[in-house]
Amino acid sequence: MMIEGARWRKWLWFYLPLGAFIVALLFPFYWMVVTTVRPDGELYRPWNHPLYSPFWTSHPTFEHVKELLLETLFNTWMLNTMFIALAATLISLACGVIAGYALARLTFRWAGLLGTAIFVTYLVPQTLLFIPLAEIIRDYRIGDTPWALILTYPTFLIPFCTWLMMGYFKTIPKELEECARIDGAARWQAMVYIIFPIAVPGILSAGIFAFTLSWNEFIYALVFLSSPEQKTVPVGVTSELIRGDVFFWGSLMAGALIGSIPVAIVYSFFVEHYVAGVTGSVKG
Amino acid sequence: MEASKPAPFQFVSRGPISRALEREGTLAFWLLAPTLLILTVFIAYPFVLGVWLSLSNSTVGEPGHFIGLANFYKIFADSIFRTAAYNTFVYTAITTVFKLALGLWLALLLNRHFRGKSWVRAFILLPFIIPTVLSTLAWKWMFDPTFSVFNWLFWKLHIINSRINWLGDPDLAMGSIMIVNVWRGVPFYAISLLAGLQTINPDLHEAAAIDGANRFQRFWYVTWPLLLPVTMVVVLFSVIQTFADFQLVYVLTGGGPANATHLFATYAYQIGIGTGLLSEGAAISLAMFPALLLVVVFQLWYIRKVENR
Repeated sequence: MMIEGARWRKWLWFYLPLGAFIVALLFPFYWMVVTTVRPDGELYRPWNHPLYSPFWTSHPTFEHVKELLLETLFNTWMLNTMFIALAATLISLACGVIAGYALARLTFRWAGLLGTAIFVTYLVPQTLLFIPLAEIIRDYRIGDTPWALILTYPTFLIPFCTWLMMGYFKTIPKELEECARIDGAARWQAMVYIIFPIAVPGILSAGIFAFTLSWNEFIYALVFLSSPEQKTVPVGVTSELIRGDVFFWGSLMAGALIGSIPVAIVYSFFVEHYVAGVTGSVKG
Repeated sequence: MEASKPAPFQFVSRGPISRALEREGTLAFWLLAPTLLILTVFIAYPFVLGVWLSLSNSTVGEPGHFIGLANFYKIFADSIFRTAAYNTFVYTAITTVFKLALGLWLALLLNRHFRGKSWVRAFILLPFIIPTVLSTLAWKWMFDPTFSVFNWLFWKLHIINSRINWLGDPDLAMGSIMIVNVWRGVPFYAISLLAGLQTINPDLHEAAAIDGANRFQRFWYVTWPLLLPVTMVVVLFSVIQTFADFQLVYVLTGGGPANATHLFATYAYQIGIGTGLLSEGAAISLAMFPALLLVVVFQLWYIRKVENR
């Protein structure tokens, strides 16, 4: 009796809410998949149509995917986004790792102040500065080129990487460097050859997180790029696949789905690092 | 000690550069230089330029001249701006409450042991990692007035007879946008709070249970106070992001219907980029600044307080 009561209670208080969370959080992705493979004739049936069959489709089709890949600039957007995200991530990692090292392990004047300043820039949202930045991008004549994004994405990636790496470096014992110094290493050698290799998991977390943030970025890409063949996936899909007031929902959802795949792959390979990145981003 | 073993690091040159880099201050300067350069050029300078723009009458391609606070007087008299300001505060407050409550609930559920836990944890983060505009497009499709799956569902459940116009009805549109924001934010709260929960020593719970504390008391007197520092940081981060949100509104409604769902950021975009009134757009963007500053200052103060404890 006791056990049955406990089991019933566990279903009510644990499995039921957890199941509801999972369904609610994942349903939109399921919906993307179903819409992508649904033929147009079935797609545009109103909500109160007797044959509205929301959760499956009897005639799956790859028409929308084919249309997306062959008749739009989607492939170009994918390549653009990949290039921009990788370049911005590499720049930000390089800057963030060394800056994080300096702030976490060296003593110098203004250290506290600089650390606070970088933390504050970490909190500056992109939407605060996009209008003056658009002016600057125009003045430097890099508007409508990948460089407009490669140079501006580090403004939110570097503070993040620095912050994450500071936290990571602080967990590495000081003695390791001291040993290397006794063995005759210069200070920078101890940093590069002793500390950086130990910090690889932290660097991975920061890099993965920075990559997904760049892939995700929207407003700078929307404002700084104008020609269709320069756009990134998020901007291309939202602006070029909607012609006037007509939404091509099949190819739109195909674009949303395929455009998410690189991020999903990176994420699936490095879930643990990613979770460390999420939690590290708020812990510091 | 084996004296014959060669030192692993060999310095051939002890030139002036190497010697200079032995000084911590010099090394720190060079390590921080690239970061400070980028942040100065692309954050500090744009900020100054933004302040200047907001005090001038520049438009696209026209430098303009100083006109004082005229732009700010103009936007404060603008009823759409006031709606946007009101929307932003309501949007931030309501979604934050829901994200925190649901996120904490999910974190508590995930903090228990069950089969497939790591899979569940990996999958529920998807709304957070998938590019926001792309998942928001799926929501726009689900909210479509004619083809909405929610309408079908509520109709089949006999809750509604006529369609719900999720995004087209000015009274409902903001609520629909909030649903999407909560959907996207809950995983971040849950995973961060879960990390916080895992640092709490289970012995404390056991001790409280032995002393006769019930489930709720254990949460309220043991878990919650210990979780508070993490919670505060998560909430402050999320408040800043939500307050400055752009993507959801831009994709779902574009600020419509009849400018009812603008936030600061989307209205700044519409005026500054859409109509080309740079200085007015910059002023609308900067109108976010005092509230953001307040949150940041509070956050810095709070972190310092927790660290010194």
